[in-house]
Amino acid sequence: MDPARFNHTDEMTWRVEREGEMRAPAVIYADEDLIRGMDEQVYVQATNVAKLPGIVGASYVMPDAHWGYGFPIGGVAAFDPDAGGVVSAGGVGFDISCGVRTMLTGLTVKDILPVQRSLVDSLFRQIPAGLGSEGAITLDATEMEAMLAGGARWAIGRGWGEERDLPRIEENGTMSGAKPEFVSDRAKKRQRCEMGTLGSGNHYLEVQAVAEILDRSTADVFGLKQDEVVVTIHCGSRGLGHQIGTEFLAEMIGAAQQAGIVLPDRELACAPINSETGQRYLGAMRAAINCALANREIIGHYARRVFKHFFPDTRLDLLFDVSHNTCKVEKHKVDGKVRELFVHRKGATRAFGPGHPSLPEPLRAVGQPVLIGGSMGTGSYILAGETTSEQKAFSSACHGAGRAMSRNAALKRYSGRKVQDDLAARGIFVRSPSTRGIAEEAPEAYKDVGAVVTASERAGLARRVARMRPLVCIKG
Amino acid sequence: MNGAWEHFPHDADVGVRGFGATAAEAFEQAAFALTAVVTDSPVKPAVAVEVSCDAADIELLLVEWLNAIIFEMATRTMLFGRFEVQLEGTHVQGRLWGERVDIKRHAPACEPKGATYTALRVAKESDGRWSAGCVIDV
Repeated sequence: MDPARFNHTDEMTWRVEREGEMRAPAVIYADEDLIRGMDEQVYVQATNVAKLPGIVGASYVMPDAHWGYGFPIGGVAAFDPDAGGVVSAGGVGFDISCGVRTMLTGLTVKDILPVQRSLVDSLFRQIPAGLGSEGAITLDATEMEAMLAGGARWAIGRGWGEERDLPRIEENGTMSGAKPEFVSDRAKKRQRCEMGTLGSGNHYLEVQAVAEILDRSTADVFGLKQDEVVVTIHCGSRGLGHQIGTEFLAEMIGAAQQAGIVLPDRELACAPINSETGQRYLGAMRAAINCALANREIIGHYARRVFKHFFPDTRLDLLFDVSHNTCKVEKHKVDGKVRELFVHRKGATRAFGPGHPSLPEPLRAVGQPVLIGGSMGTGSYILAGETTSEQKAFSSACHGAGRAMSRNAALKRYSGRKVQDDLAARGIFVRSPSTRGIAEEAPEAYKDVGAVVTASERAGLARRVARMRPLVCIKG
Repeated sequence: MNGAWEHFPHDADVGVRGFGATAAEAFEQAAFALTAVVTDSPVKPAVAVEVSCDAADIELLLVEWLNAIIFEMATRTMLFGRFEVQLEGTHVQGRLWGERVDIKRHAPACEPKGATYTALRVAKESDGRWSAGCVIDV
């Protein structure tokens, strides 16, 4: 995008002031290079979101933003139900509660290297990944309801997880207000055999080394030590979430029309929060959040099982589990007044700053861990929420590197086999059911995650704590 | 008729577009493009599955049609390699032929999550051909 189109108010802030049908400004946090690299559609989508009823503050955009569906990916928008505010299925996305969890192993790189190859093969065998893979768990109707209501707590009750994980999962592992009865039979059918599966696309399980500590005192609190090893999982609510997203997107076109909302783009389909459709979507979406939390807990359990085999004395401790595709009811201070808002984060990570009451006691002094996935080659970052982020973007930060090129372009440019070999030569072992999938996810197809997290830090959204480099990657 | 489809780029995902002498044919070709998002390998038309869908207009109908295929792919763990569409107004009666996913042979690259309204267009183009396409979230 052309930076000249924006009102550049400080180093990292690019504003589009309110004009025409916009009910609020649009605000992008990024450096100039990132702005230049963003698709024109980010501008269009960010300003379109600002036209929705009941929007509070601004339509915010994170530094890793790219062209999404209605909302830009990397979009944050909060709505007030008492001001005619809306909930949008597109503002949450198809992969409801897609997110990241990181587990500490206490092992060092030296411990992993001798078994690295067997470890990658075992993880690949143990964790179903990609289309056509089947989980070991099949849910009947009763168990499906229990899972949708219970989330990670349900998984732990069935023996697929550890009780001590719960305080380290958003919402303590169970999203309240879930209404399994609002989840369609088709959505449930799509999920019957998918618990404990990774999915595909940009989803992965990685074994990573702590490559660099950037904030030592916070890293100490997080338990991150130089050259120690962590396990990171990126996935979501699988077929169930996709189906709920699909169905409500279609339904909300009608609901918006009924409510007299003019949609600048059909993908922005939405319903007033205080409407029957809005409430039904929220109940179903929260059930999908539980599905995602349960799914990551189960995959974490599988990873623990594999590590137990190689390192019998090791226990994997959950650092944190956080989603980046959600709509959450949160209290935020706006113009000095605390308001209860429905905060949409589409490809944006919640990033509560130090002192936030929802954070578990051991983390409260330093802020919430913000887990950022990069690409297979460039690595990932762990950030911590900042107090300033509340006023900047309702306590939100970036969620990943963001793609620099489309899947088609990556496919034309890279060979999956060669990407895999090149990474292996650099000590990164990748396994996937599809070499084409590896080509589409080639490290060069992503933006520089370092630039994205630096921009997040300089914008006051979240501060960098540690950089991780991959050792093992299981791709769906 | 073979090969009358294309993929077009989207930042994070992939667009599918089918072409044909009729809208129904363009719908069928868009379905081929959807399968090609997942695999480059041939898919045997071993089993037939019936689907039907309705929508408020023909563009929304394309999204419903592709979502119906995605649903059958996901719940039957199948891929489809032959399609037949009967289009009446805004109703599709469709038949899909395919086989169970063979991970070795099909090496599925990614799993479609849903068809979207992004870059959604179904229209008779100036050359007289119909086109039908949208972005698929993968």
